[in-house]
Amino acid sequence: MRFLFRPPATEAAALLHLPWDSPLSEWDPSVLLDVPQRGISRHVVRFVATEGRVYALKEITESLARREYRLLGEFESDGLPSVSVLGICVDRPDDQEAILVTRYLEYSMSYRHLFSSPRSQHSTSQLLDTLVVLLVRLHLSGVFWGDCSLSNTLFRPDADGLTAYLVDAETAERHPQLSRGMRQHDVELARERVGAELLDLQFGGLLSPEISPVDVADALPERYAALWDAVTREEVFRLDEQRYRVAERLQWLNELGFDAGEVELVHTPEGARLRVDTRVAEPGQNRRELLRLTGLEVQENQARRLLNDVRSHRAWLEQKEGRPVPEAVAAHRWLADVYVPVVEAIPPHLAGRLAPAQVFHEVLEHRWFLSEQAGRDVGTTAALASYLDHELPKTPADQTTPSVLASPGGASS
Amino acid sequence: MASIQMKNIVKKYGDGFPAVNDISLDIADGEFMILVGPSGCGKSTLLRMIVGLEDITSGDMVIGGDRVNDKAPRDRNLSMVFQNYALYPHMSVYENIAFPLRLAKTPDDKVDRLVKEAADVLELHEHLERKPANLSGGQRQRVAMGRAIVRQAEAFLFDEPLSNLDAKLRGQMRTEIARLQRRLGITTVYVTHDQTEAMTLGDRVCVLRKGSIQQVASPRELYEQPVNLFVAGFIGSPPMNFLPATVQGSTLTTPFGTIELDERRAAAVAGHDLLLVGIRPEYFEDASLVDDAKKHLGSTFTARVDVTEWLGDQQYAYIPYDAPDTIRDRLRELSKELDSEELRTQAIVSIDASSRIREGRDAEFWLDSRKVHVFDPESGVNLTRDEQAGAELTRMADEDRQEQVAEAAGGLTGERTGGSGSTAA
Repeated sequence: MRFLFRPPATEAAALLHLPWDSPLSEWDPSVLLDVPQRGISRHVVRFVATEGRVYALKEITESLARREYRLLGEFESDGLPSVSVLGICVDRPDDQEAILVTRYLEYSMSYRHLFSSPRSQHSTSQLLDTLVVLLVRLHLSGVFWGDCSLSNTLFRPDADGLTAYLVDAETAERHPQLSRGMRQHDVELARERVGAELLDLQFGGLLSPEISPVDVADALPERYAALWDAVTREEVFRLDEQRYRVAERLQWLNELGFDAGEVELVHTPEGARLRVDTRVAEPGQNRRELLRLTGLEVQENQARRLLNDVRSHRAWLEQKEGRPVPEAVAAHRWLADVYVPVVEAIPPHLAGRLAPAQVFHEVLEHRWFLSEQAGRDVGTTAALASYLDHELPKTPADQTTPSVLASPGGASS
Repeated sequence: MASIQMKNIVKKYGDGFPAVNDISLDIADGEFMILVGPSGCGKSTLLRMIVGLEDITSGDMVIGGDRVNDKAPRDRNLSMVFQNYALYPHMSVYENIAFPLRLAKTPDDKVDRLVKEAADVLELHEHLERKPANLSGGQRQRVAMGRAIVRQAEAFLFDEPLSNLDAKLRGQMRTEIARLQRRLGITTVYVTHDQTEAMTLGDRVCVLRKGSIQQVASPRELYEQPVNLFVAGFIGSPPMNFLPATVQGSTLTTPFGTIELDERRAAAVAGHDLLLVGIRPEYFEDASLVDDAKKHLGSTFTARVDVTEWLGDQQYAYIPYDAPDTIRDRLRELSKELDSEELRTQAIVSIDASSRIREGRDAEFWLDSRKVHVFDPESGVNLTRDEQAGAELTRMADEDRQEQVAEAAGGLTGERTGGSGSTAA
């Protein structure tokens, strides 16, 4: 047997004791972690936990495993939203297929949950846009997915929005650039798969009655085309507008998580023609800033929200103490006095349902909501108590991220 | 259903390298065409140009009489079979086949008719109301085929569909695909690198090498009348043996003795110094088992056997031979091009399973000289190819196909092609 993994995958060592020589379907349940089925897979997929981390194991033919391993590694280093690959196990005895090991995407949700959960505050439209953003980002990076579907995507709550991650690259191909036909075909495949998956939920009585699978599926190509056009189109505007129009376009691209590789501005008789070589950026400005100040690693929109709270905390400190407070000091105190108490207040039986930063975001939202009702600021402490009593329990227990299940009891390793 | 015509198709990538170079190929309505060749031969690129995934640098792609170069993939109305294997657990087998029609807002009565017709062809009728969880591997594949059928596409396209299946399912699916194509009489283009798949499935096989067509012919013509060393070496398993030879008059001198050529072939090879003689393994026999009446049709030689392989119903003997360096180099180059194991300078000969020839001993062999081909080692051209005989083989295959398609069309009830009214001729 042979294990292939890329450093720094030191955690791979902890997986070496698993029974790799026997078929995945025959592994003893005691080494596995029971994770609810999240999508439709045509392969045997199992989960294991070790040292508080959870991994997904998928049995596929060696050539596919090697390709997927290589592609996922590339995606990760290029900042494309995809699951992170740990490695593969090949040359298993008796000509068994290879096993691909990926890191479980913490605090992610499947479309089944998002479409059928009573609590889901995410609209179908938001979900579709999230998927379309993912597809456009992949296409800009020369990735043909070949199997874009809801089953092959995981969604992570990110403050008010969602971020979509590619979780299956089995059919994906990387090209220097995608032809128009490849993009069209990929979108057509996505339309059909999304439609079929929603029809399937409908047949299973799991889809909210107001959602029409056919309409949702049909909306996908339109939204894709609109976004693709928006990020790649050439614009012409008056010369006197050019300064702010260029800035506006670039900012808008950044907000969507795209970056401008090169900006070409050509003056023509009709005005300035702007062509932006749009690239995929890992949305990260706020994320990096928050990491620098607090050491917290969260998603981009969550980071934006948390940073705003750090800033208002700093203003409050300065007012209270009557002197300037350095940013770093304010951030440190915010972490200790504001953030950590909220996160630590989450009772163990509700832990792991949402990422801590998401809980914090929701508590702030809840505080705003209660304050508006009360006509005065109710304060974080009261908002937190109310949130933990009434809101967080509405998140289904089966959404609990598996590593949290795996760590306290340590039952599974 | 439609014919597919490719006229002078060229595909060049950014670096100017032609992945597909001036390919012209006519695929008849209802024909099963295989694109085959080693990796990098351009077969997948060609298929992708038919589908619309790759831009065509120059030339015309014509489907059903329409030039489609600038059409989006979905507007070409082709069906990539097996592209979506996913089975949806809450939907019955019926709905798992029907959903492409549901998404296209097809009226219920039409959905019902198309799904039931597809189920008949695929023998899935009794499973239609079941959930897919209980289907066997083969039945699952048939559901995927059903999806392709109900779309009423102009043609079916397959891109190495069996390469990731286990051997048993692969064999089963090969039969299934062949049967289905015959019954539906639908134009089919199938890409594979596996010559066995190519030979067993196709009406005609297009052998590609470095972006160019080498030969388009029925499997039998490819096997019996290959145009060059490349095709001769690629088609057939175990592969054709290539022996060095010199010629004098109508006599070839080879490491296995002399071979007499008939007048036509002798004329074709005259004037060449060094030649390669191509002999299929089954043109050999254990001389002691050859009928006396037949013996004069070939030549007899004695050679030492290195290894024998007895497989029950057949037996192979491996006979090493000497070859000049130029020939060794040529054979090495050829096997590299064919993606095959190195063609060693040893002949693989097929002998009767009852033969008592044993390894490590000298044995007497007979070889049927009527069917040997002689190649120019430089250009690779088959000097002795009989074009007429080859064309006749392909014509016969075409006749068989037309007959089978007509039979299948007669056997199917109802009008399969919906409103368009045309059924396979």
